[in-house]
Amino acid sequence: MPCPLGKRNRLNPGFRAWGSRMGVVLALLATGLALACLCPQFLSVANLTNVVRQVAINGILAVGVTLVLLTGGVDLSLGSVVALSGVVAAHLAHPGEYPLAVPVLAGVLAGAACGGLNGLVVTRGRVPPFIATLGMMTAARGVALVLSGGRPVSNMGPALTRLAGDWARVPVPALVLAAVALGAAWMLRNTRQGRYLYAVGGNEQAARAAGIGVRGVKFLAYALCGALAGLAGVVLAARITTGQPNAGVAYELDPIAAVVIGGTSLAGGVGGVGGTLLGVLLMGVIGNGLDLLNVSSYYQQIVKGLIIVGAVWFDRQRRSVERE
Amino acid sequence: MILAAKEVSKAFGGAQALRGVSFELAAGEVHALMGENGAGKSTLVKILAGLHAPDAGEVLVRGRPVRLRGPHEALRNGIAMIHQELMPVPGLSVAENLLLGREPRGRLPGTVDRRALRREAVRLLGLLDADLPVDAPMGTLSVAGMQTVEIARALGAAAAAVIMDEPTAALSGREVAALFRVIAALKARGVGIIYITHKMDEVFRVADRITVLRDGCLVRTAPAGELDESRLIALMVGRELSGWRHLATQRPRADAGEPLLVVRGLSRGGAFRDVSFEIRRGEVVGLAGLMGAGRSEVAAALFGLAPAEAGEIRVRGAAVRVRRPSDAMRLGIGMVTEDRRGYGLVPQMAVWQNITLAALPQLCPGPLLRRTAERAAAGEAAARYGIKADGAGQAVRLLSGGNQQKVVIARTLLAQPEIVILDEPTRGIDIGAKAEVHALIAALAAQGRAVLLISSEMPELLRLSDRLLVMRQGGLVAELDPLTVTQEEVLSYAMPVRKA
Repeated sequence: MPCPLGKRNRLNPGFRAWGSRMGVVLALLATGLALACLCPQFLSVANLTNVVRQVAINGILAVGVTLVLLTGGVDLSLGSVVALSGVVAAHLAHPGEYPLAVPVLAGVLAGAACGGLNGLVVTRGRVPPFIATLGMMTAARGVALVLSGGRPVSNMGPALTRLAGDWARVPVPALVLAAVALGAAWMLRNTRQGRYLYAVGGNEQAARAAGIGVRGVKFLAYALCGALAGLAGVVLAARITTGQPNAGVAYELDPIAAVVIGGTSLAGGVGGVGGTLLGVLLMGVIGNGLDLLNVSSYYQQIVKGLIIVGAVWFDRQRRSVERE
Repeated sequence: MILAAKEVSKAFGGAQALRGVSFELAAGEVHALMGENGAGKSTLVKILAGLHAPDAGEVLVRGRPVRLRGPHEALRNGIAMIHQELMPVPGLSVAENLLLGREPRGRLPGTVDRRALRREAVRLLGLLDADLPVDAPMGTLSVAGMQTVEIARALGAAAAAVIMDEPTAALSGREVAALFRVIAALKARGVGIIYITHKMDEVFRVADRITVLRDGCLVRTAPAGELDESRLIALMVGRELSGWRHLATQRPRADAGEPLLVVRGLSRGGAFRDVSFEIRRGEVVGLAGLMGAGRSEVAAALFGLAPAEAGEIRVRGAAVRVRRPSDAMRLGIGMVTEDRRGYGLVPQMAVWQNITLAALPQLCPGPLLRRTAERAAAGEAAARYGIKADGAGQAVRLLSGGNQQKVVIARTLLAQPEIVILDEPTRGIDIGAKAEVHALIAALAAQGRAVLLISSEMPELLRLSDRLLVMRQGGLVAELDPLTVTQEEVLSYAMPVRKA
């Protein structure tokens, strides 16, 4: 009998993952090509730099929420956590007070605390993720308002605002996104916890029966997602040079949309960071193109809605054809 | 001839599932469809039930060629199928599930006559001699209960032909007897029945004719009287399986090794009470009983899926607490669960990832995965247990039932458990794979492990066990010697005592 786990087939999973993302890749290329023809300034360095700057925050959030969606959960609290961590970081970033690491770490930790609490409520409290994170969405916003007294926290030192600037002509937020995405992709691929995220999302009971600590795995996903939301909040605060308690309203929706466009299943167990990045880029490029074409932001919202539903519809069609 | 397939072929992707198979069902006969998993039985009946369209050939109803574009059209032609995978709506009542899609109309358009619905539900369940609460939500029933409803549902809908795909897989002895009575009544009324099963004794009890498929081709159709068990097996596997009936008596009986697992007074409310037994090194202990006797629940308690509330578990002499599966696994307890879909597999994950899932801490100490070691271990396990996949990267949900079961077994054993719990390890797998699993169980014992075997197939239990425990209604009622006891005696212990 030929070896049932032959070498040729080792390539299969990779090919399949690639194949499932082909739709997004093609959409991205087609959009890029169309924009390059319609408006020459699309391909300019200045504009492309602008695109990556604009998608960075959405991208960092999307990477985090990918982890949660992989477990079959959801996190609706991202926007409020962004605001809270921005306020926390801004408080500690007045000129000459602390070194840069302090506000950054504090913002990330504030986010991780929110995410960890989400995780505890979901795993120990057995509250459905939708409800648990909906509660956090409201409560974290409240904490941000309390900490800031409802006013923007300004007077930010130059060290933190430089986080929103450029480094070797590349926007720092884009570098942060790249580092975060690489780190998350590496974790999903090379660590036991990464594998367990897929197992828990794919079949929670089977994961438990295989001796996996399901609660710990889920907790980790929510905590990491919260930490990344905290990081996104710090980057946002640096960009707008204030800690805004009212920032980030509805910021949770675009990342979830990007993740789903990128092929991660809302039911959990399928997907990854690569697809998420493609989804983020696709949404960013389309938004940028509509800006360049002077489409009013009202219409842009309609287009965005159509893309979200259309991408998933397209995916379903493709999958049902595959199954036949 | 009420239903026939003429020269039907069907391919899925590259795999040819059926090649020019012809099949006929006469009025009033039970026609058994036999074959190993992947032989094409399910594909054939799905074509007859309108779930698949054939690539070539045709389906004839009462001699007329028909094109069935879905189960509804099949139903209109008098063909109903009882699915192997149950498809109930858990929130609706038993009665509503029974008549789903053909509710009796009320006086106003679009309304349901609820009283007529209830009446009809009671009548249908009465046909099956099933004592089920028609108003209870479907989700509160046991698997056996749900299957009974599914059978009653098909009986109510179909007049001419009923397709039963492993109808007794989850039924208790009493329910099976009731089903066979209903089959007899249906035959008397001229209804034809296509009956798929892996259980030999059932085939010869109910079938008038037997058709054997192998690798998508028709091997033979013959009256049941012309075949016997060994000839039927030979037709199914294409070769003689030597000696599989006498496996247990051939292997050396366990000497009284040290007790690896000792259970004293184990109880969980409503599931089992005061269960005490021990398993020694190198011993296979069989656990017999009817559905709902509490066997799977005891196993779930030992493995930490649903911990016991009282009593003591001792592993290698030391009292232990098992609160979750990871506790059990640390103690060297492994379990092959009964429910492949629920507790067994992560369907979207690759075959090799499913195999290594439980053994990752051993294979990859530390937080990082060691893909090479993992691949090697998975590849070795796949070869050892004969898992046939289109490459290890294939998603496990695409494998046949028998291969999925082997993946679950491979995963459990890869973690090197000393105490192995097997809950219905051969349910729904074909006879060749069954023989392999039987050999594997004997090998486990020979390696000095302790095996707890739960099975609803009495011959399997009698063949493989060193000692046979019988559970009835949550309690352990007998310990028997499988070498001397008969199936009838075991059943007499397992049957509930009727109150006079």
